[in-house]
Amino acid sequence: MSEITPDLVRHLAGLSRILVTDEEVTHLTEQLSLIVDSVATVKAAVEGDVPATSHPIAMANVFREDVVEASMTQDQALSGAPDSAQGRFKVNAILGEE
Amino acid sequence: MSDLVKKNASELVSLLQSREISSVELTTEFLNRINATNGVVNSYLHVNDETALLAAATVDGSRAAGKPLHPLAGLPIAVKDNLTTTDAPTTSGSKILEGWVPPYDATVVSKLRAAGMPILGKTNLDEFAMGSSTEFSAFGPSRNPWALDRIPGGSGGGSSSAVAGYLAPIALGSDTGGSIRFPASVTGTVGIKPTYGAVSRYGLIALASSLDQVGPVSRNVLDAALLQDVIAGHDPHDSTSLPESLGSMAEAAKKLDVKGMRIGVIKELTGAGFQTGVSERFNQSLQLLADAGAEIVEVSCPSFEYAIAAYYLILPAEASSNLAKFDSVRFGMRVAPEGNPTIERVMAATREAGFGPEVKRRIILGTYALSSGYYDAYYGSAQKVRTLIQRDFAAAFEKADVLVSPTAPTTAFKLGEKVEDPLAMYLNDIATIPANLAGIPGISIPNGVASEDGLPVGIQFLAPAREDARLYHVGAALEAMQDSAWGYNMMSQAPDLHDLIAKGGF
Amino acid sequence: MAKAELMNYEKALEQFEVVIGLEVHVELNTNTKMFCGCANIFGDEPNTNVCPICIGLPGSLPAVNKKAVESSIAIGLALGCQIAPNGRFSRKNYFYPDLAKNFQTSQYDEPIAFEGSIEVEVPSGKKFTVEIERAHMEEDAGKLTHIGGNTGRIQGAEYSLVDYNRAGVPLVEIVTKVVYGAGAEAPELAAAYVRLIREMVKAMDVSDARMERGNVRCDANVSLRPHGDPKLGTRTETKNVNSLRSIERAVRYEIQRQAHILANGGKITQETRHWHEDKGATSAGRPKSDADDYRYFPEPDLVPVQPSVEWVESIRATLPENPALRRRRLQDEWAFSDLEFRDVVNAGLLDQLVETVEAGAKPQAARKWWTGELARLANSEDKDVSELNITGVQVAELATLVEAGKLNDRLAREVLTYVLAGEGSPAQVVAARGLEVVSDDGALLAAIDAALASQPDVLEKIREGKLQAAGAVIGAVMQAMKGSADAGRVRELIIERANQG
Repeated sequence: MSEITPDLVRHLAGLSRILVTDEEVTHLTEQLSLIVDSVATVKAAVEGDVPATSHPIAMANVFREDVVEASMTQDQALSGAPDSAQGRFKVNAILGEE
Repeated sequence: MSDLVKKNASELVSLLQSREISSVELTTEFLNRINATNGVVNSYLHVNDETALLAAATVDGSRAAGKPLHPLAGLPIAVKDNLTTTDAPTTSGSKILEGWVPPYDATVVSKLRAAGMPILGKTNLDEFAMGSSTEFSAFGPSRNPWALDRIPGGSGGGSSSAVAGYLAPIALGSDTGGSIRFPASVTGTVGIKPTYGAVSRYGLIALASSLDQVGPVSRNVLDAALLQDVIAGHDPHDSTSLPESLGSMAEAAKKLDVKGMRIGVIKELTGAGFQTGVSERFNQSLQLLADAGAEIVEVSCPSFEYAIAAYYLILPAEASSNLAKFDSVRFGMRVAPEGNPTIERVMAATREAGFGPEVKRRIILGTYALSSGYYDAYYGSAQKVRTLIQRDFAAAFEKADVLVSPTAPTTAFKLGEKVEDPLAMYLNDIATIPANLAGIPGISIPNGVASEDGLPVGIQFLAPAREDARLYHVGAALEAMQDSAWGYNMMSQAPDLHDLIAKGGF
Repeated sequence: MAKAELMNYEKALEQFEVVIGLEVHVELNTNTKMFCGCANIFGDEPNTNVCPICIGLPGSLPAVNKKAVESSIAIGLALGCQIAPNGRFSRKNYFYPDLAKNFQTSQYDEPIAFEGSIEVEVPSGKKFTVEIERAHMEEDAGKLTHIGGNTGRIQGAEYSLVDYNRAGVPLVEIVTKVVYGAGAEAPELAAAYVRLIREMVKAMDVSDARMERGNVRCDANVSLRPHGDPKLGTRTETKNVNSLRSIERAVRYEIQRQAHILANGGKITQETRHWHEDKGATSAGRPKSDADDYRYFPEPDLVPVQPSVEWVESIRATLPENPALRRRRLQDEWAFSDLEFRDVVNAGLLDQLVETVEAGAKPQAARKWWTGELARLANSEDKDVSELNITGVQVAELATLVEAGKLNDRLAREVLTYVLAGEGSPAQVVAARGLEVVSDDGALLAAIDAALASQPDVLEKIREGKLQAAGAVIGAVMQAMKGSADAGRVRELIIERANQG
């Protein structure tokens, strides 16, 4: 009944940068279909002009003064890096361009 | 087993302040207890043997030298492993962060250190706090000290089992949909989700940014209040943190009079969906409160019907974005497939290997809920349901000072029982989720054991935003009434953990 | 890179209507980044101006820079925009190694400024009203260096290195509405528009506005449609245009490239293209696909920005003069003709002239030096005049020396080259190298006499009225004086000599 298809699951996995095996795709399609069916009730819940709530506690205008604060050292910044060179994070060649 | 570890935090604090015990002594007792039992209970992912004792010794030295100390100085504490600590790995229960030592402390952790509270270690959780049983931890589940073949709740099952099993006097947890309160309910401990923004989220590894809060896990209400007083407060690093202080929770926890307090029973959170023993205990406590002069009224929150659905759209959506940073570039796991893979492939392979099935499921679901063409129907609609839930609460709080419900529909189920059934698992949070959606505070206190299985039951109170004090007030009052009515403190009924371990069969 | 075929420009415009849209990113010159307190500085050691927030460590949270909000409002006001009384930040979700959180905190459907317009004048003098769709706040990404390929570009690289110093720097993205009717002047309009933005943000001191440093970046959207066709054509977006010249050239190129394709029955691929300054051409980048589903949603870690009317008005009060009004005023003050003034503006030299005139030079002299010799020198080095190593104050000094007779034109030009080479101010160079015009008549007369000695009939010719005969002597004297004589004075002296009998 649901809109969740294996192709869609593969597309979503791609968007989220998660490799999925065929088995996983099947499994996920099933489970997500169930879940999506059950959560689809929200569509019906909000008839009429109900505003969305993106922030549970209403607040506004929280700012920081434009004053420099201490940064990390280069070593600290790179401390968790799986790979680094010349003071920078090292990654494999990039395929696409942004 | 030493009796020290069984004492409440407030008692231990007195002993420390009067120098009857030293922090090193006390910390050592807990480390010994952890050593003896953690192998089975698996509350802790990392134990700070050295650094905790170092911190304890420092406090003892300062106390001996007459230096001014925070009231809780020297009291050891356990910290959920989704809070960053510079002296211990922070994994958030995930392989993708295995061994990662953060270069900065979470704000709440800094506050613990400033108060001189030695950190015993980092406690277990469902991976990235997604779950209600701790079975989705990449490092094995924790066990419920009441029955080792049962779940300790989740996502914070490590903190709750540590406190319930006396592996820590108090602990920090985090609650996004019930991750502090549900574990409290099934382990016979106390857990609070403060008002959204009352406690800083800086350094809390984000799950759902608009729902997450850090809160106390303890064995009694006063202990939790003392801890909330340490960790709460405005943090300029957290733009969503409340600008104002909410006052002293410890003071509120000393108020035991509920005469005239209006207590609203949420109609939608009672009835058939709740285990019989849970409902029995719930009604008994309502009676206790009524006998003490509280006014029990009925309120209705019809939008709660959609709460779980809304939650399981908002959480995965925000989580899918929050978890995008785990990509092998700056920290954490990196998996490089064969050949000369591009970074895109390395990212995808890393996330495939590093994330567990529940996390993947929710990321993909969240990506779907936000994707173009589906946003309005799913994420957009769910955010509107939030408005409805807030309106329902606002109307209910016109009629009542606090609202009440059982914390969860059931007692602790067996490990493995619901792990293959995501929808069944999601139902554990039916009573706790609305508070996160609305941003209001909630407390779960022990409510005896269920008649059919002898396992802990929890009762939950909810208050309007910023009225956390009401929860400590009514919670402490009910706790005192229960002790008085039953003639014993609930935790004293827990089976001995050493005995349980020795007996095996789990 | 395959060379695309281009239609002749005039022919292209005969057949097609040009439609453009411009996105300009302005990097703000705040002290700190948009969402954290790290220093906003160019050129430091990699990953030394970073913190858990801007390298996206787990648990980190953003905190909004108030000055950045103020600067954004200022830019919006200067563009004639309305300022949104309420707006939330949004997350733009996509994966890329220079994006520390793999989402950019930006503004999606609630930009801080919207619905504005600005008057832009092109070299021909024609004025266009460019409508502004929106201006919004966002953060910059880190810097990627690609290693191992042969061009330093992505294709063929072995690996890449990431520096997050720039990650989180505040940006304001200004988006125009679609611009119709620019016709053949579309390239000039694009460049003039960006130049105007640059002038504005520099005058407001919200940005250093140095294009070569990426302080102002432009993406140009170009599409064509047959004249009279109501439907908009498919557009391409050209990125990597780093100078005003490039903008003009890139827009022109795209018009020609697209025209050729369309005229031959082909279709334009909707894609991002890259401008290659060295080749004078664009190349295809990534096709715009559904990979561009950014899944925007309101940023939950930040609360709404609700600028009060008082705050907005106080910012409006600090805005510098409107550029169009400023130009009119300056043209009046300097008494330049329309053509003269336009020359200056089109060459991007307005600020330089202002500085020079304020330092004491006469406006025409300032104009002469900047649009003359300095422009020539810049062109010969393939640079923009603004990139030359000389300030308006120095040019004023030079002009003053010439005015005072201490330098003649030839000497002044020589002094100029030394100033550009970094030898110091004009006065310092003159002193160090002894380049002053010789004003001592005695020395001149000596040289004149020497020259006349070898050309004795010159005086006779002058007395006969053939004044041009002096020329030979002047030449000889100038050579003898190594050019450090005032040719006019030499001529005077020769004629005096002649008349003395």
